[in-house]
Amino acid sequence: MRQQLAALLKRDVMLARKGGGGLGAALSFMLAVVVLVPLAIGPDLNLLQRLAAGLMWLALLLAVLLTADRIFQQDFEDGSLDLMTMTALPFELVTLTKALTHWLTVSLPLALIAPPLGLMLNLDVAQLPILWAAMITGSLALSLLAALGGAITAGLRRGGLLIALLILPLYIPVLIFGVSATTMLMGPSSAWPSLMILAAITLLCLVVTPVASAAALKAYLR
Amino acid sequence: MQKFANPTVFLKLANAVLPIVWVVTIVLFAFGLYGALVTSPADYQQGETVRIMYLHVPAAWIGMFAYGFMAVASAMALIFRHPLADMAAKSAAPLGAVFCFLALATGSIWGKPMWGTWWVWDARLTSMFILMLLYLGYIAIWQAIEEPHLAAAIARIVALVGSIILPIIKFSVDWWNTLHQPASVIRMDGSTIDKSMLWVLLIMALAYTTLFIALLLTSMRSEIAARKLRTLRLSEIRES
Repeated sequence: MRQQLAALLKRDVMLARKGGGGLGAALSFMLAVVVLVPLAIGPDLNLLQRLAAGLMWLALLLAVLLTADRIFQQDFEDGSLDLMTMTALPFELVTLTKALTHWLTVSLPLALIAPPLGLMLNLDVAQLPILWAAMITGSLALSLLAALGGAITAGLRRGGLLIALLILPLYIPVLIFGVSATTMLMGPSSAWPSLMILAAITLLCLVVTPVASAAALKAYLR
Repeated sequence: MQKFANPTVFLKLANAVLPIVWVVTIVLFAFGLYGALVTSPADYQQGETVRIMYLHVPAAWIGMFAYGFMAVASAMALIFRHPLADMAAKSAAPLGAVFCFLALATGSIWGKPMWGTWWVWDARLTSMFILMLLYLGYIAIWQAIEEPHLAAAIARIVALVGSIILPIIKFSVDWWNTLHQPASVIRMDGSTIDKSMLWVLLIMALAYTTLFIALLLTSMRSEIAARKLRTLRLSEIRES
């Protein structure tokens, strides 16, 4: 079973690396946000510093969401998913692997790049490590929820907008605790509770979303 | 419960019960509105605007209750394969969304004279707003998927996942609010509500509940009719 999962993971990572994952588009989207924000609210560095962490979180959420419809779409259309339901693997593990691939190939790189990009919005350098920690933890939850959105809309021709409507409300806890980790109202140590809750949310998503995604895909494949 | 799984039995029951529910609703609203607008005293602090409360608070209650109902109905559909449970959940969603909107709108009208602004990012307002978004997402699923059985299967998942994550959203919004702007948290508790207002509020809550039941049954009835029409049309196409 482990071998099969590893093979699946390898296949999907390879497919994503050959240009199917959408990392390039998501990254360009993030860059565009970074450029547009100062144009929209003015170049005042103090204001930008206050907003930087929140804006980078927002950019990360939207960039991840942008790639959500690719997680299952192609495999659904060419019948690969049908085959995967017939293997000995529990289908929940397949959807979990797909979400993990998405995390490895899209969300994690974005989470690694976003904090340094925040420096362009005058992000406080002291916030950088915490923002990294929060984004790396939270991005896994983002990927899992994005995979759920992708599964729910897998059989629809234009599911993109629907994914945003369905999944953005579910991103709220990640956003709130991700940002609150970096506000550090009471010094750096106050980031810990937020990071812990963020990790808890991620773990909950790890349990719930693969099951829900598998159920949704099975309904489409029936 | 399984007895009413047969749509015909359900229709018979709904047809018998609906007129009674409507009459009860109208009577309750007549009493409740009379109490709310005429007999109940004006608040010593809020003046006459306190009367908005009688429309606002029950709407918020039903707005939240409808999501719970939807989640339970979806779970029933998933576990017992109860054919009417999906319809009940589908019918409850637009009602819940409308009651949420009603709560937000009346709250906004109430907020203008009381807080001096149409909208504040208070934790309760924010989570009510998010709840409405969740309703809209659920409704969008039914809109987007044509095949009713598939739409039901997907909508169940959306409702159940939403019901798992909803408490977390609620909790995190509360946390977010206390973290960002503790000064503007406006709450109704603290001042216990006066008895002369309480009974009017309870009658209004009952009236809203029976209204919800009446609208739900009506909506489910038309849903059953729509499904019958669909199968009739499909069989017509097959024959021709």
